[in-house]
Amino acid sequence: MCGIVGLFLKDKSLEPKLGEMLTDMLITMSDRGPDSAGIAVYGTDRDGFAKLTVQADDPARFAGLDDELSQVLGCDVTLRAKDTHAVIDLPEDKLAPAREALKELRPEARVMSAGEVIEIYKEVGLPGDVAKRFDIPHLQGTHGIGHTRMATESAVTTLGAHPFSTGPDQCLVHNGSLSNHNSLRRKLAREGVRVETENDTEVAAAYLTWKMQQGHSLGEALESGLEDLDGFYTFVVGTKDGFGVLRDPIACKPAVMAETDQYVAFGSEYRALVNLPGIEDARVWEPEPATVYFWKH
Amino acid sequence: MQTFDLEAQGLRALNETLQAQSQQTNETAWEIVNPRGSHAIAVGLDAPIEVTVKGSTGYYCAGMNKQATVHVKGSAGPGVAENMMSGTVIVEGDASQYAGATGHGGLLVIKGNASSRCGISMKGIDIVVQGNVGHMSAFMAQKGNLVVCGDAGDALGDSIYEARLFVRGQVKSLGADCIEKEMRPEHLETLRDLLERSGVDARPEEFRRYGSARQLYTFDIDNAY
Repeated sequence: MCGIVGLFLKDKSLEPKLGEMLTDMLITMSDRGPDSAGIAVYGTDRDGFAKLTVQADDPARFAGLDDELSQVLGCDVTLRAKDTHAVIDLPEDKLAPAREALKELRPEARVMSAGEVIEIYKEVGLPGDVAKRFDIPHLQGTHGIGHTRMATESAVTTLGAHPFSTGPDQCLVHNGSLSNHNSLRRKLAREGVRVETENDTEVAAAYLTWKMQQGHSLGEALESGLEDLDGFYTFVVGTKDGFGVLRDPIACKPAVMAETDQYVAFGSEYRALVNLPGIEDARVWEPEPATVYFWKH
Repeated sequence: MQTFDLEAQGLRALNETLQAQSQQTNETAWEIVNPRGSHAIAVGLDAPIEVTVKGSTGYYCAGMNKQATVHVKGSAGPGVAENMMSGTVIVEGDASQYAGATGHGGLLVIKGNASSRCGISMKGIDIVVQGNVGHMSAFMAQKGNLVVCGDAGDALGDSIYEARLFVRGQVKSLGADCIEKEMRPEHLETLRDLLERSGVDARPEEFRRYGSARQLYTFDIDNAY
């Protein structure tokens, strides 16, 4: 199964409540997949600054990392540790050097997301517990995506949880299973694209990243995915200022969308949407198969 | 009128109460409030009662229905009226995938659109959709009537046995062994009756009929890969 929720706000007055609304939606979807959960939140844009979200199994490893990074990069770095994750704020032009430095300073730490506004948190456990660990209800932002996983294609691990980063400020979540992920992983390896886990969705994320590196837009990358990805999928993708949905041509994985003047919302089921403001009068519909939907700020 | 608050009283209590109604029950009118997209609302009913659901439902609403009339004042999730035996199910909004799947009898009316696989493996149910139906509708349909007042998606009636399909709008494509067939007076009569019972304002003459070419019934080497 797996459960997906997404919220793209049009009304700025709802931004302080983004984390709270997404958490409520995601907890409702717990019984679609209780083994691990994750959330991507697109927060406030600070001109000239970027952030890295990193994960380490032992949170003690974050101690002193900000000072060590400052020293190597020669600039101010702030670090907010939240359980097994830490968000590192730094000047935009230091993002790439910081990733390189991290490999030396904390080789065991994994980069969950990188970009100007995105933060990704994911862990093994129930959505409610994961949201609590990372204080998701208090996160503010313009849009966000949540996922609760019922693992089918690979082990239940932090790195197997969704969302997957597909590039700067980009992420992907998936309900379904891909049947050609092994051959596609080998193909991507020949192209120099590294996939860390045995997970099928990570391959889809890497595929989209690779397509976009070749100059395709996200929409074009998703369109070509219809040809190259074999299997079942409902994808929800996030970008710095946008939010998209794509279902495979068979479309057996459920999807419901709702739109009002205040927001566009996605849920694997209508249940996930029932507490949203004004849902009674929202336009509610099921996205068509093999059709790319996209909203942008 | 009996009112049942699903949020306060719970799904199990709801279905136990409704399933316990006898043939002679005096409690014939039921209203369910706060459905909030819950699954399996009003399933397995077997009494001549009328149930109104005030809102949208999740998976399998009114599944396995016998005799009862279930009216959803909202949209229905996947598998509405799945395996219905008799009675009537009316959905005011849209229905998600496989509406009326495997249904043996009764009437399912969807006032909005139905998505993919509407009437899959239908075995005698009548389904009237006032809007469009998605791809693979009436896949392996065996008996009954599917009426589509709007358009039908890809592969309508794929591998169909003996059900009758009536479509007023465009058919994107027909599935394997599904062909357009002549509309004879008895078909117009069946259609008129179904449209009338569903409260649809449409003329039977505006529809085309599709059904089985009966070429998949016996082994044919040309169909083998």
